[in-house]
Amino acid sequence: MNALETVHLEKRFGGIVPTNDVSLTVREGARHALIGPNGAGKTTLINLLTGVLKPSGGQIKLGGEDITGLKTHQRVARGISRTFQINQLFGELTPLESIVFAIGEREKLGTRFWRGFGSEDAIVAEAITIAKQFGLSDALDALTSALPYGKQRQLEIALAIAGKPRVLLLDEPAAGVPEAERHEILEIVAALPKDVTVLLIEHDMDIVFGFADRISVLVEGKLFVEGNPDEIENDPRVRAVYLGERADG
Amino acid sequence: MQMLSTPQEATRALAKKRAWHWLEYVFWLAAAASVFLLPSQHSLLTQIAIWSLFAISLDLILGYAGIVSLGHAAYFGFGAYIAALFAINVTGEPVTGLAVAAIASGLLGLVTSLLVLRGSDLTRLMVTLGIALVIYELANQMSWLTGGADGLTGMPVDPVLGLLPISFRPLNAYGYVLAVVFVLFIVVRRIVHSPFGMSLRAIKGNPLRASQIGVPNNLRLIAVYSIAAAYAGVAGALLAQTTPVVSLTYIDFQRSADVLLMLIIGGTGYLYGGIVGSALFLIAQKFIGNVTPQYWEFWIGFALVVIALFARDRGVFSIFQRIAAGFGKQLP
Repeated sequence: MNALETVHLEKRFGGIVPTNDVSLTVREGARHALIGPNGAGKTTLINLLTGVLKPSGGQIKLGGEDITGLKTHQRVARGISRTFQINQLFGELTPLESIVFAIGEREKLGTRFWRGFGSEDAIVAEAITIAKQFGLSDALDALTSALPYGKQRQLEIALAIAGKPRVLLLDEPAAGVPEAERHEILEIVAALPKDVTVLLIEHDMDIVFGFADRISVLVEGKLFVEGNPDEIENDPRVRAVYLGERADG
Repeated sequence: MQMLSTPQEATRALAKKRAWHWLEYVFWLAAAASVFLLPSQHSLLTQIAIWSLFAISLDLILGYAGIVSLGHAAYFGFGAYIAALFAINVTGEPVTGLAVAAIASGLLGLVTSLLVLRGSDLTRLMVTLGIALVIYELANQMSWLTGGADGLTGMPVDPVLGLLPISFRPLNAYGYVLAVVFVLFIVVRRIVHSPFGMSLRAIKGNPLRASQIGVPNNLRLIAVYSIAAAYAGVAGALLAQTTPVVSLTYIDFQRSADVLLMLIIGGTGYLYGGIVGSALFLIAQKFIGNVTPQYWEFWIGFALVVIALFARDRGVFSIFQRIAAGFGKQLP
């Protein structure tokens, strides 16, 4: 069963084709990484998958269902969620409020305008569990904007998980995190629930090979090659376009 | 930093955010006392209460949802005219009039929100301004209905719920206005602390992330814009019921600009900003304006520059906050 699938997906901006006939399949429960040099079209692909951009052609399927025409929030409701390379948080809310809010939206409480979240014991309890899982217990009641960068990074992922996604798109989860705090983020990523399918977009090869069981390489908008980590590491073409940079350096 | 490791602690932390601060009790008790203790100022206090409600309505879209408006008087004026016409043609019972004005202005807000929510801040500013100009000119041209430039007179004001006469009774009129403002304040306070209110703050803070959490941003903004329009309509209807004539000044640009000024002076995003701002504005206008009108313009301009530069989010309140912090106290 494929959790996420694109069929001949295409995006054109005038003469530029950042997504060129991409047919990607991500299996249920996979730890799939999408790599590629700068400008390969990784961000465009994420924006197409989440509905920020409309494709020029092709289809996107989530668990077999065509979601190509759906808006972002409708896709989230069907179980695809993402994190951002640059933190996108609610600075004026506390992490507790943010997580409770994210769970509340998942539970369709967002239109309730009278009773607050205080009476929602199940939601608050779940928020506490998520906070523990993501190392945020000691920071729950502070303003998000005042948190250290590493904690914000953890909240970035916690908010996506609070939506209980079937498919999670992780966009460079460790971006900007200092070396000393990196292991904490990586442990969190490694401990993500097994039933969540993860598509990791990442630059750092150590993270990719430490995490992924399947790797797709995107070059100039096209799906260049796909395989398991061993195959990718030993593929001379991949080495030439991608890993070559590292071998030389 | 404090640990929150049990749901009970977390629930308490959430409840603390929405609990009433003692200053709020003091404020509303003082407001209630003013009905009986300051009979000579009832006309000013009634004005303050009505402008407060109008400013709170603007705060709902500006302070909580981040929508900038230069034409909020459109809904205020529309509510006032609807209330007056309803009183003349159907019944002069004030509370019924308020309800009709709320529904009418809310519907106008719902329809116009579809235009306002397109585009960026500058576009919104222009669209709100344009809508108010259109409503103004409609009221001006349809003089057979609205009285045009002469205004609409002869609106009957029956006793509130058949019990409390307010016509030519400043004490009763102020009590009625204050009670309406208080009830609507309680409602809006619940709204901003509800899951819906939290989603508004989330959209204002980060629309990109809000939609990625599953929030239908536009639907929520349409909803809050309509609620705010209904509130503005009630404020307009209150003014119509306590003033002999409903005129074009209810809709003009000066009113839209003044309410924005009051809100900025008092501060956005905590509901009391509209009240503090309109009280300061109207009291200052009365006392400075009595001396010389030019001085009024000078001081209001001066205050605006200072607040815009140093205390933009919370207006004069942030100055109080700093003073309180100096005494080791925390304000809401």
